[in-house]
Amino acid sequence: MNGSTSNVFVGKLSEILEYSVKDPLRYIVNWGRIYSLWPVHLETACCSVEWGATSGPRFDIERWGMLGAFGAMRQCDVLIILGTVNRKMAPRVKTIYDQMPEPRYVIAFGACAISGGLYYDSYNVLPGVDTILPVDVYMSGCPPRPEEFIQGLIMLQNKIRASKIRSKKYVRDT
Amino acid sequence: MSELTVSIGPQHPGAGHFRLIVKLDGDKIIEVNPDPGYVHRGEEKIAEYRNYIQNIPHFERPGIHDSSNMLFAYVQAVEGLMKLEVPERGKYIRVIMAELNRIISHLYYLAIYGIFVGHSTMFMWPMGDREHFIDLAQMISGQRVGFAFLLPGGVRNDMPEGVKTRANDACNYFEKRLIEYERIFMNNPIFENRTKGIGKLSKEDAINLGVVGPTLRASGVKADIRKDEPYAVYDKLDFDIPVSKDCDSWARAWIHIEEMRQSMSIIKQSLKDMPSGPVKLNLRGQVRAPPGEVFSRAEASRGTVSFYLVSNGDMNPYRIRLITPSFRNLIAIPHILKGLLLADIPPVFWSLDYWPVEADR
Amino acid sequence: MSGTPEIKQEHPKREKKIADNIAVKLKKDILDIEIKPKRIKVKIKHQSIKKAANYLKTVLNLDHVVSVSGIDYPNDNEIEIVYHAGTYEHKDLSDLLVALVYRIPREKPKTLTLTDVWPSTEYDERETYEMLGVIFDGHPKLEKLFLPEDWDDIPPLRKDFKNPGR
Repeated sequence: MNGSTSNVFVGKLSEILEYSVKDPLRYIVNWGRIYSLWPVHLETACCSVEWGATSGPRFDIERWGMLGAFGAMRQCDVLIILGTVNRKMAPRVKTIYDQMPEPRYVIAFGACAISGGLYYDSYNVLPGVDTILPVDVYMSGCPPRPEEFIQGLIMLQNKIRASKIRSKKYVRDT
Repeated sequence: MSELTVSIGPQHPGAGHFRLIVKLDGDKIIEVNPDPGYVHRGEEKIAEYRNYIQNIPHFERPGIHDSSNMLFAYVQAVEGLMKLEVPERGKYIRVIMAELNRIISHLYYLAIYGIFVGHSTMFMWPMGDREHFIDLAQMISGQRVGFAFLLPGGVRNDMPEGVKTRANDACNYFEKRLIEYERIFMNNPIFENRTKGIGKLSKEDAINLGVVGPTLRASGVKADIRKDEPYAVYDKLDFDIPVSKDCDSWARAWIHIEEMRQSMSIIKQSLKDMPSGPVKLNLRGQVRAPPGEVFSRAEASRGTVSFYLVSNGDMNPYRIRLITPSFRNLIAIPHILKGLLLADIPPVFWSLDYWPVEADR
Repeated sequence: MSGTPEIKQEHPKREKKIADNIAVKLKKDILDIEIKPKRIKVKIKHQSIKKAANYLKTVLNLDHVVSVSGIDYPNDNEIEIVYHAGTYEHKDLSDLLVALVYRIPREKPKTLTLTDVWPSTEYDERETYEMLGVIFDGHPKLEKLFLPEDWDDIPPLRKDFKNPGR
């Protein structure tokens, strides 16, 4: 074979290898991540009531793979911000996020976590938690209904399903 | 003596953001310093930038579980300044929503108590039974949580058809469930070991420290605003105030269960006695209070909630001071926890029903 | 309804009797007494606050304080402090609240604490200190309660502090 056909042959071979090994591997790893999400929830304020109702018997979030269990942050992968974050709590939220191993995801639950909500002009409230953390899914409402939480969770699962195996590295400004 | 200072919180599962700085000698607690403020949102300052109607969703957010009780004190303060008289049917609907909120809040208390002690069935059962009462509240007001249903001058709208049968069904079902709760949780030997005789607050201390709510009634003081200073139609209804002389954490949990029984009886009586008619006054234009001041109180599920309202005739209030029951009970925490073991902190702390958002406002 | 409709002709008997007793005992210290059903408001001079509080606790048996409020009046250049006291022991006075009111100058807001008379005022006075800048002499622990540790602005509840964007 001359030069050009051997290049094409090697190219085709690497393509076949990629399709046969890398994609199924990515699918299996992401399948494991989706159905075993373990949350750390920051039970700030009023929204924590609807989180409790979502993990209760009627809306049972465990059907979709998210435990209602309360773990230590070093073994969890999802950080759910339930409600308002204020200036005294903001450094502690950053500390919790830094302690989680990667891949980790952040959910902003409720109007106060998205933009400050009802307290947008208070002297002590952050205008949204995405000023200090990178957020993956936003769930709106005051407080959001449990059905909204389930839809948001499925959106997060779709996002994980389409992501690469190696987790994304965020540039941290320390 | 080996002294160790441990910081519990601010992020911990259950019960919100609140830090306890505990000084330990081995396993025994020497001193506890509470450190609140991690959910302080500045309600009292914001209230000066909103008018009287815009303040309604603000003042129910601190204690979102019993939103109607928090609003009861606020709308009575505004009506007192403006000299308004609410129609009878409006008063009865207010009482029904207030007692529904009391049951919803007490069930949340029992659910989190289950988590703190490690009894996961006690988390699932109250959360499931709570949904029946949230359905009732949703039928009347349209929202699951945080209804903003009480207005100066009445309630937002009338009840739809079918509330009476559904409420009677829910109350009959739940009265049988309460007996099961007592069997698996209150008379459980492990729960009794962890809470009976632990976390005592004597009667003199309870009166001197000025605590409110079930914490006060578990120490033998029969004080309840619904009987001492009756508002709405509470003087026409027949109910009792449970009081216990045991002063420990078990008694505080028991009082919550007894109060739920009384609330169901109040709801049934109100549905029977309710007259027909309008449910709110027709206040044309904005609600605007004349210059003056007023201090009004109501009995929320965690204790007495008070509003001190000072007005100078503007669209917005001049100063509103909001005293929530959790803020009144904050002083009891260092007092009760002194001398206990470190592992006693979860059941004793939660038995006081301290909700950090309510205390920080 | 709590403590609010005005009686046009005469004052309610129980409140009038208590107000007369207070006026007799604390003669010159009182600036004004207002009587409404279930609420009595006593305006006193700043220097006699301890004497009035002791009288309310020992003679009238008002055993706890329901709230301590601070109100900023920049037009009069004063801050008004209000103590609302009630009782649990006496069942016939259980719906009565007596308000002790006094004013202090805005530039030098220094006053005495009442935690030795009523222990339930400890956290309320601490909150008034951080929200309005009022210093209570003799308080066991006068520090920040709710605001962040690195707060360096003026006390938030003063009228010259504006919320961001307002």
